Amino acid sequence: MTDLLPLIVAKYNYWLYVILMMIGLYAMIAKNNLIKKLVGMNIFQTAIILFYVSIGYKRDATIPIIQNAHGGHDAHNAVIHAADYINPLPHVLMLTAIVVSVATFGVAMALAVRIYQRYQTLEEDELRMRLVDIGPEK
Amino acid sequence: MKFLGFIVVCLTGTLLLYGTGEFPDWGDPDSPASIHLSNYYIEKAVEETQVPNLVTAVLADYRGFDTMFETAVVFCAGLACFLLLRDFREKKERFYRHTPTRVILHVKDSKKVLKTGKEFEHMDKDWVPSDLIIRTVCRILIPFIQIYALYVVAHGDFSPGGGFQGGVIFGSSLILLAISYDLKTLVRRIKEKVLGIYAALGVLIYVGIGAICMAMGGNFLDYSKLVPIVPGDPHHIRALGMLGVEIGVGIAVTAAMVIIYINIVSEGKHDEGL
Amino acid sequence: MDHYPALIVIAPLLAALLAGLAVWIKERLSYSIALMGLGISTFSAFKVLMQVINFGTIQYKMAGWAPPMGIEYRIDLLNAMVLLLISSIAFLNLLASCKSVTQETSDRAGSFYTIYLLFVTGLLGVSATGDLFNLYVLIEITSLTSYAMVALGDRNRGPLASLNYVFIGVIGASFYLLGVGYLYLKTGSLNMVDVANILSGIQGSSTVLVAFILIMIGIWIKMALFPMHIWLPNAYSYSPVAFARVVAPLMTKVMVYVMIRLMITVFGFDYIFETLNLSDAVVWLGTIAILAGAVMALSQTNLKKMLTYIIVCEIGYMVGGAWLGNELGMTGAILHIFNDALMTFALFLAVGNMVYKLKTVELTDLKGLFGKMPWTMAGFVLAAFSIIGVPPTCGFFSKWYLILGAFEAGAYHFAAALIISSLICAVLFFKVFEICFFESMAHGHGDSHPPVEIREAPISMLIVSGFVSLSLIIVGLYSGTIVNTIILPFLK
Repeated sequence: MTDLLPLIVAKYNYWLYVILMMIGLYAMIAKNNLIKKLVGMNIFQTAIILFYVSIGYKRDATIPIIQNAHGGHDAHNAVIHAADYINPLPHVLMLTAIVVSVATFGVAMALAVRIYQRYQTLEEDELRMRLVDIGPEK
Repeated sequence: MKFLGFIVVCLTGTLLLYGTGEFPDWGDPDSPASIHLSNYYIEKAVEETQVPNLVTAVLADYRGFDTMFETAVVFCAGLACFLLLRDFREKKERFYRHTPTRVILHVKDSKKVLKTGKEFEHMDKDWVPSDLIIRTVCRILIPFIQIYALYVVAHGDFSPGGGFQGGVIFGSSLILLAISYDLKTLVRRIKEKVLGIYAALGVLIYVGIGAICMAMGGNFLDYSKLVPIVPGDPHHIRALGMLGVEIGVGIAVTAAMVIIYINIVSEGKHDEGL
Repeated sequence: MDHYPALIVIAPLLAALLAGLAVWIKERLSYSIALMGLGISTFSAFKVLMQVINFGTIQYKMAGWAPPMGIEYRIDLLNAMVLLLISSIAFLNLLASCKSVTQETSDRAGSFYTIYLLFVTGLLGVSATGDLFNLYVLIEITSLTSYAMVALGDRNRGPLASLNYVFIGVIGASFYLLGVGYLYLKTGSLNMVDVANILSGIQGSSTVLVAFILIMIGIWIKMALFPMHIWLPNAYSYSPVAFARVVAPLMTKVMVYVMIRLMITVFGFDYIFETLNLSDAVVWLGTIAILAGAVMALSQTNLKKMLTYIIVCEIGYMVGGAWLGNELGMTGAILHIFNDALMTFALFLAVGNMVYKLKTVELTDLKGLFGKMPWTMAGFVLAAFSIIGVPPTCGFFSKWYLILGAFEAGAYHFAAALIISSLICAVLFFKVFEICFFESMAHGHGDSHPPVEIREAPISMLIVSGFVSLSLIIVGLYSGTIVNTIILPFLK
């Protein structure tokens, strides 16, 4: 345990993301209500975003917008130090991933509305019973 | 199922934590991820693209091809919601209010449609007297939100922002209109057809700019080839190209957000909801 | 003009957007726009294949940036062939499905074509790209479009099947994304070739191992390898026929392609088969998938469902073959991607013709079909022979390579599973033939359905169906050429 603690402290972001992801995954697998599953899905995807953004972080660095790029008096002579700015790439990737997760969520909500219109319920066990009632599939 | 789920989750968690064992410490400036490509972008992007916001530079230029498909994903989500939910059949029963007397009529015959206008007013089933304060505040706020959205799109090169963020803010201003008044007000102002066309048009602007670059002899999305047809400083051509695609993204995202919202809250009827 | 690699993917995307505009302006235009987009795409794919065969690998830098900075398309023999396969199948299916789309999605045909084109764009992009993250975005496009399509099919069960597909699909894609994140953290790059170069220096790392496992599990979920297959049968059998015909042959095959691509280009054979030595376990997994798929197919009473379980079984062939760890097995797996796509397409074309006329395809509905729809059934029989692996058809040759590979690797259980599953498929299809041929319409049909006047399907559907079924034999006869000009040079 004494060995583990400094390990966790040095990488606590990654540990947090794993815990968050486990919560989301558990909700997706075990919950009975479809909306709760959707919420779990969102938590799961948010955990991944947290993970990527953690990769991009650098100590003592600021957001990746270059200062005095235009118009400063010594703009063109200014040397840009890579260590001053955090890594922009994970942020770009996560912008894409956020958009994808929003789009998936929208479509999933539309599906949930369709299911509710047809069966008046969003509980999985009740849905299963209704499906048996409908009889053999066509 | 619960037990099985618990086991799967624990296995996944252990696997992921096992992988973190060799991670560099959090925030380590010398980790491989922060050296290889990252340093190139930080040191060269301003020189090569004239855009100081590196996230925008990477998003819309170095990895602009990704972003194009990302916009296509948004368009696709809007279209999917329309396709799944839109129901063109009229509702069976409707409520009207006789404006002069404030009497509410409940029409159960689907064929009988009262002419709305001066005399009769269409109203929602679960109608609540709308709050004067909310309406007034929102009416004042909405134009400012929209201007802010335009600023976020236009200023994405220099400060945090860009097409997606601006588009979402613009879309939310329209959704605010639907919430503070009612859905009808929104649908009356912006026709479904217009939204559908804008969603496709926004992505088309993006792909079109890429295709023009290709027609001008460059690779797909190579903005530097746009110099002959775009007025302005040729030095800033990449920044201008990025602005162009960001505008396309903004339009597509705005329209797609509103389409998704309208279809989900009204279950595809486009008459009332939330 | 050297923009063909980009054009393969851009043409259907542009067509999708124009079709999306046409929905609101003049809906009838969307069909011809779609046809044109896929036509251009097929033509470009053909051009690219010729260029690759003659001059070697093509690189196309998106936005003109050199590879590790920007995104590149890297087209070698393998994906040139896969690209041509996808675009031509999508094109042919569009030709065949004009009528059935109108029948199934009457007032939304325009939106249907838009989504269809976006789906094909996604598949093409997945096959062409040389960038790990771009791959993720495109996988999500294909998934999102299939969610929408599945829900459009059966009104009662479609949405629920689709929502389950969403949950499992999101888990699969997220696992892949996590794996890419782990790789990125270790290498700092997203370009496949660049990542492979950096990886060769850090093979012992536990992070790379976890990344490898996550990526593989993610892709296996997406391709429905046996224990992770639960979403596939429902999703595919409840979707509209015009879509099922393209998703069933292509989606899983493209995922198998992605697996092979990552195995060869990113991680490398040495890492997988020597450092990790996972070959045995995965070949066993493939063996179980084959047997389980075949047995589950045997217990189905609906033709569409039965075919979807055969897909599960075929995935076992390809995964097992790719993981045998020798050249013959890999050759068999790659050849089987092409052959299986064609066979499944031919089968589903025939089933589509039946659905168009019969509405339902319970096995009991098929009585006397040989008399009523002789041409459709001829196509069906050819495709079925190919799935079973009867010699002149192409299915035989890929199975032959797989079995040879299994013997070379000493994986006799895999070879046994291949033969057993072929026998089970033979039993299955002869059961169907028996119903269609010997039992006449008069007995029992119409218990629950009103009697339908059945005639042959429309000519456009028949021509495509016949063409694809005949191509099974032609491809079979030329498999030696395909192996010698495309697969072996690629593996060298």
